[in-house]
Amino acid sequence: MKKLINDPHDVVKEAVAGFVAAHSDLVAAGPDPEELFVHRRGGAVPGKVGLVSGGGSGHEPLHVGFVGEGMLDAAVPGAVFTSPTPGPILAATKAADGGAGVLHIVKNYTGDVLNFETAAELADAEDIDVAAVIINDDVAVQDSLYTAGRRGVAGTVLVEKIAGASAERRDDLATVAAVATKVNERTRSMGVALHACTVPHAGELSFELAEDEIEIGIGIHGEPGRERIPMAGADDITDRLLDAVTTDLGLSGGEEVLLFVNGMGATPLSELYIVYGRAAERLAAAGVKVTRSLVGNYTTALDMQGCSVTVLHLDEELTTLWDAPAKTPAMRSET
Amino acid sequence: MSEKVLGNEWAVAWIQACARITSDERAALNDLDRAIGDGDHGENLDRGFSAVAAKLDSAAPAQLGETFKLVATTLMSTVGGAAGPLYGTAFLRAGKAAGEADNRAGGLDATGVAELLEAGLAGLVARGKAEPGDKTMVDAWDAAATAARAAAESGSDPVAVWAEASAAAEAGARATEPMVARKGRASYLGERSAGHRDPGAQSSAMLLAAAAAAARDTP
Repeated sequence: MKKLINDPHDVVKEAVAGFVAAHSDLVAAGPDPEELFVHRRGGAVPGKVGLVSGGGSGHEPLHVGFVGEGMLDAAVPGAVFTSPTPGPILAATKAADGGAGVLHIVKNYTGDVLNFETAAELADAEDIDVAAVIINDDVAVQDSLYTAGRRGVAGTVLVEKIAGASAERRDDLATVAAVATKVNERTRSMGVALHACTVPHAGELSFELAEDEIEIGIGIHGEPGRERIPMAGADDITDRLLDAVTTDLGLSGGEEVLLFVNGMGATPLSELYIVYGRAAERLAAAGVKVTRSLVGNYTTALDMQGCSVTVLHLDEELTTLWDAPAKTPAMRSET
Repeated sequence: MSEKVLGNEWAVAWIQACARITSDERAALNDLDRAIGDGDHGENLDRGFSAVAAKLDSAAPAQLGETFKLVATTLMSTVGGAAGPLYGTAFLRAGKAAGEADNRAGGLDATGVAELLEAGLAGLVARGKAEPGDKTMVDAWDAAATAARAAAESGSDPVAVWAEASAAAEAGARATEPMVARKGRASYLGERSAGHRDPGAQSSAMLLAAAAAAARDTP
């Protein structure tokens, strides 16, 4: 394993320090290094619903990269691939509260859900209104009694952008939460891994794939997905991902969608664009209009090779909010 | 009647042993977790119990219940993931039961040990919503609590109750191997989770074995 790190235990601390230094015009770190979080420069916006997200580190730019105008008010980076504890989530929640309440955007992983729930209880005890949306866009997992439910993956970025715009226009907490829920309900994702990632403190591959094998339906921590299949061409792989997504979303033609191809960290943009091209072509052939797009590394899994395909079924409200301005380290859009 | 009871000295010895064990077994627990989860269970527990040990070294509480409360809050604030809230809640509830036994009997008697394990189990179930058979740490705690209750009712002393509980927890952890996971990250594997021991059940068995050893070694 070769990594550009010092002590494996200092990876998150040092990465966040560098991130904050690089983007000091937009963000700042919370005051207590033991309760690490990143917030908008200038702090909570009075009268605006605060948006707080977070989870294990290793998915950069998620989540700290999306702190700023039009998106998150604060983000809590846990240890690599490990959810943060309630303390820093509570600290971030307080820092994000402008008096209109706070929305927690939580990916559906057992640890994230338990720690955010605990933090919300603590915030409630301090008279801060907290609502939560649990993101579960990953169709690779059957949502049934026999699993922990579908995982939250790249669709989280779309929720953060669109709910962020809702909060920015001063919608109240119930409305922002409803918008976030609506985006989640209309978003589906599925990923593929060509090669595993290496967690810094473990120092070895998180799983083994043979040279000619890929894993379809991989999670963003390298959790296994639906099946292992022999390596195939980009078009074949794209079709498998897209078909799973569109089938689950129930697209039949005539819909307007946002198509999002997300890199897992170690796949070149050129390959992501090959996947995007194929997916867009397939959607067009099915009569689905791709009216908005996003391609790049937004929800990564350290140095995993692979990508995920996400489709968001847009409507006029969601399109308007997607187009609203944002100014964050990892996503900027202007009107 | 002068049945041996386990007091605060035992609790501190147990938790210090937990810190040594999670440090020694860090890589083994990571390996178990890598097979069906994301490979950081040992890392997270080592971080949590090291923090607990440091706090006990600098200022150990004098009361059994208080010691467990310190353990619970420290684990919750340092471990993260699912293991932090789960173990935190288990120790919080176990501590409450231990505090009550302390008030009643001046420490843990045989019944107190069973009550501690039952309270910890109830905390895990409440927090994680898992049941026996879901391939989680509940499988180890459930077996331990059942064995402890049976041993206490048959007249064993607290050292023997812990020994029974520890052996049952180990068997409970081993029994997770063929199971198909229904909770936690391993559930994403479905059938492919069978054939691997659950890392949470295994760490639970290790921690409860440390409790039994501390009970045996505490004068």
